[in-house]
Amino acid sequence: MTIHEVPQKRLTTPFYPRLTELDRLNNWHSWKGYTSTDALYDPELEYFAIRNSTGVFDLSPMTKYRITGPDSLDYINRLVTRDMNKIKPGRVAYAVWCNDQGQIIDDGTIFHLREGEYRLCSQERHLPWLVSAAIGFDVSIVEETAEVAGLAVQGPTSFSILRTLGLSGIEELKPFGLTHFDFEGSELMVSRTGFTGDLGYELWIEPAKALALWDALFEAGKLYGITAIGTHALEMARIEAGYIAAVTDFLPAELTVRSGRSRSPFELGLDWLVDFKKPTFNGRRALAEEKRRGSNWRLVKLDIDGNKPANHSYIYTKKNGKRIQAGFTTSAMWSPVCKQNIAIGTVNTPYGNVGDTMQVEIYYQREMLWTRVMADAVVVDKPFWDPARRRATPPGNY
Amino acid sequence: MSERFDAILIGAGHNGLVCAGLLAKAGKRVLVLEANDQVGGAAVTRPFADGYSVSSCAHLLYQLQPAVSKDLGLKLDYAAKKMETIALAESGNHIRYSGSEVDGVSDEDKKSYKAFHKRMSGFADLLQKYFNKTPPRLGTKDKKDLFTLAQLGFDVRRMGKTEMRELLRLIGINIFDETEERFSNPALKGAVSLDAVLGTHLGPRSPNTIMTYIYRLCAGHGAVSLPSGGMGSVTQAIAQAARDNGAVIRTGVRVKRVVVDNGRVAGVETEGGETLESWIVVSNAGPKTTVMDLVQTRHFETGFIRRVNNIRAKGNAAKLHLALDGLPSFKGLEKKDYGQRLLIAGDSDYVERAFNPAKYGRCSTEPVMEITFPSVHDKSLAPPGKHVMSAIVQYVPYGLHDGWDESAKEAFKQTAINTLAKYAPDIADKITAAELLTPLDLENEFNLPGGHWHHGELTLDQFLFVRPVGGAAQYAMPLDGLYLCGAGAHPGGGVMGAAGRNAAREILSREK
Ligand SMILES: Cc1cc2nc3c(=O)[nH]c(=O)nc-3n(C[C@H](O)[C@H](O)[C@H](O)COP(=O)(O)OP(=O)(O)OC[C@H]3O[C@@H](n4cnc5c(N)ncnc54)[C@H](O)[C@@H]3O)c2cc1C
Repeated sequence: MTIHEVPQKRLTTPFYPRLTELDRLNNWHSWKGYTSTDALYDPELEYFAIRNSTGVFDLSPMTKYRITGPDSLDYINRLVTRDMNKIKPGRVAYAVWCNDQGQIIDDGTIFHLREGEYRLCSQERHLPWLVSAAIGFDVSIVEETAEVAGLAVQGPTSFSILRTLGLSGIEELKPFGLTHFDFEGSELMVSRTGFTGDLGYELWIEPAKALALWDALFEAGKLYGITAIGTHALEMARIEAGYIAAVTDFLPAELTVRSGRSRSPFELGLDWLVDFKKPTFNGRRALAEEKRRGSNWRLVKLDIDGNKPANHSYIYTKKNGKRIQAGFTTSAMWSPVCKQNIAIGTVNTPYGNVGDTMQVEIYYQREMLWTRVMADAVVVDKPFWDPARRRATPPGNY
Repeated sequence: MSERFDAILIGAGHNGLVCAGLLAKAGKRVLVLEANDQVGGAAVTRPFADGYSVSSCAHLLYQLQPAVSKDLGLKLDYAAKKMETIALAESGNHIRYSGSEVDGVSDEDKKSYKAFHKRMSGFADLLQKYFNKTPPRLGTKDKKDLFTLAQLGFDVRRMGKTEMRELLRLIGINIFDETEERFSNPALKGAVSLDAVLGTHLGPRSPNTIMTYIYRLCAGHGAVSLPSGGMGSVTQAIAQAARDNGAVIRTGVRVKRVVVDNGRVAGVETEGGETLESWIVVSNAGPKTTVMDLVQTRHFETGFIRRVNNIRAKGNAAKLHLALDGLPSFKGLEKKDYGQRLLIAGDSDYVERAFNPAKYGRCSTEPVMEITFPSVHDKSLAPPGKHVMSAIVQYVPYGLHDGWDESAKEAFKQTAINTLAKYAPDIADKITAAELLTPLDLENEFNLPGGHWHHGELTLDQFLFVRPVGGAAQYAMPLDGLYLCGAGAHPGGGVMGAAGRNAAREILSREK
């Protein structure tokens, strides 16, 4: 038998050369086929960079689609549940899109780059669905994941760094705003968006200029504690921010086989993203029906007693004095900044109202011995971490 | 200010007329808009040469549902009933069948055919019951749906263990295997095969051609008749019944689009620029045409559009009409035989071979045919002493590989006539005029999507609970106020009236 060499290997992003220079752990994983780092030298320290100075995360593997054409607004409005008329050029919208059963296919961000020109960013790939959704619309949909390099620049000093980089006017950029700059003759798009719940930006540029941008950015950030980070640190920050992640906190509908395993926007607490004033959008009929009949699931944010992370835990509630299973956690951690044991989970309705105390069954191992605790957990409303600096415009000088 | 109707129907095909008639009978103010100058859709009689008329598409009646005739009080005149089928042999040694009897074959084949016909008719009776109902939705908790489903299960079970097993075994398989197993006479195999595939883009070896065979038997177990005045007289009678109930029918008015306002149907706009208001619009046009062209995709959700976009409707049945100086001399036929249903089906391989080129966008070189000489029974169709031949000719693909033009049509017309000449050598000398309607012509002239008999292929993936598409098989489309009532909806095409009747009942039960 001859073994043929397979020429194809895991893809690398335009920033890969810089990441490998900084890498001390050699912990890599695949993010939609791209080499992506778990952590470069210490996940906890990288996390603290996000909260105390600035963390830089390579988000080039993020799936990106360019949507243009005369019908682009109508197209996107039919695709997603929220009203996109309100998202003017220069604005970014968080959105979810559903199938006809009102089940979420994915969530993502939609950048209104210029009049009638959009970029949709998401975790999963969706070309077949996006193309089907385009039947009868005068739009063009181009997958541009590899054509756009992206960096998340997140943390209290991020604004100072971008100002030092020479991005004049950046102080005026509001949360969920985007603007264009010239960077060495190329267009640099900067949006005030991110996955950390903190002050932060995302930078988007053509791959050829990626390394130059990285170098300029790190030069500008030298005095501001700029630090390259991996997925692990980002994941901690996003749980604190109370953001849900596809595949972790909900399964995209296309990945489910059994009924009841996918989620509607209501079941993920995203009611504010569903605008029934729009006469037609994917999932509308089913969602209207769900609104009438009530949902099966509810997403909860839990503030849990103790300090043992409630990973993969059952959530219990009391019913008629008896303890019954109500759901399970999907993301959990001890939050260093909040000094709280936090989790995101899913429970059956009608349980899990804000203020309710539920119980979480936590298993942990200490020197091989498994221990189980039943910890009280209070359902909270607000994100665990939501500092005012996140919204301040102009941002503070940290 | 335009006039307001309770329901507007797009299209006056027989199903649209049945639906309109029943809605009007229930007291609704109904307007029917038909693009063509006469009502009837694909069931019309029209002149094709000086002094000669013919049923332009459908030419034999065998599926009209008794419930439709009863509900509308139809009284039809027949020029001929229970016609015999004669499967022609080049040698002149033809076989003949009618009901469950077949002649010209071995005793064993006679017995087999009887048993086969009986079994198929039994299945047809079972299906017929469900053809006259709205199909239940799958996967819901709706009581009515669950009840119908349970009833179907019960009815299947009640046939007995053997019959139930046979139905489940046969429904998905092909007619070729079954005829191979049951019969030895090649001509009988060919004729049964043709009965199964007439009007489809399927050959005898294609899956679910037993289902299409059973479908054909749903009313009179396959007994064919010839209405006086051609098929147009059937639709004229239905139109009259609709008018008598108060429906308004306007011909020569093509609907350009369905007006959608704030997520629901609000009326229609005609090609002439007229806007007519109604909260209910019922379309007799094909499902795909209705959804994609008349309404537009943006008013529906993506999953539904994806399914509708994938509906297969590519016709293969052409019509050949000949004006004849006199009857041609078919080998082995007596005078009275010209009034029967004649088939050119060779044997089962012949039918499959005829289908082969169609898979690649080419016409059969030796086509199969269903031939009638309606003027033998009906003097109104031709000048005295002259005759009309009406034949369904397969396979003639809608999407011809090199495209349809006059020379392609002329070439196929010759192929068809040459094929006929093998059985009736003098036929060419008798022809004074000829009309060939390819599926493309049928689409252009009768607005049949893809020129398809059923407005959408009749296969298990587009049948019953999933016709036209899954999740929308209850006539109501996922747009408030929009309904389908034509052949593209359950149960399918053929001059049956079931789709129109079911749709009317569904509308009346939903829109109180
Ligand atoms: C060649 C051929 C032979 C056939 N032979 C037989 C046979 O022998 N026996 C049999 O039982 N069946 C036969 N059929 C099948 C049968 O003719 C059809 O299935 C049946 O007539 C369909 O009826 P319908 O009312 O559903 O639709 P149609 O008869 O197609 O009616 C639809 C109507 O809607 C109208 N319409 C469409 N769009 C618009 C618009 N935008 N505005 C206004 N009006 C519009 C059309 O003009 C048409 O009148 C044959 C079909 C073909 C093609």
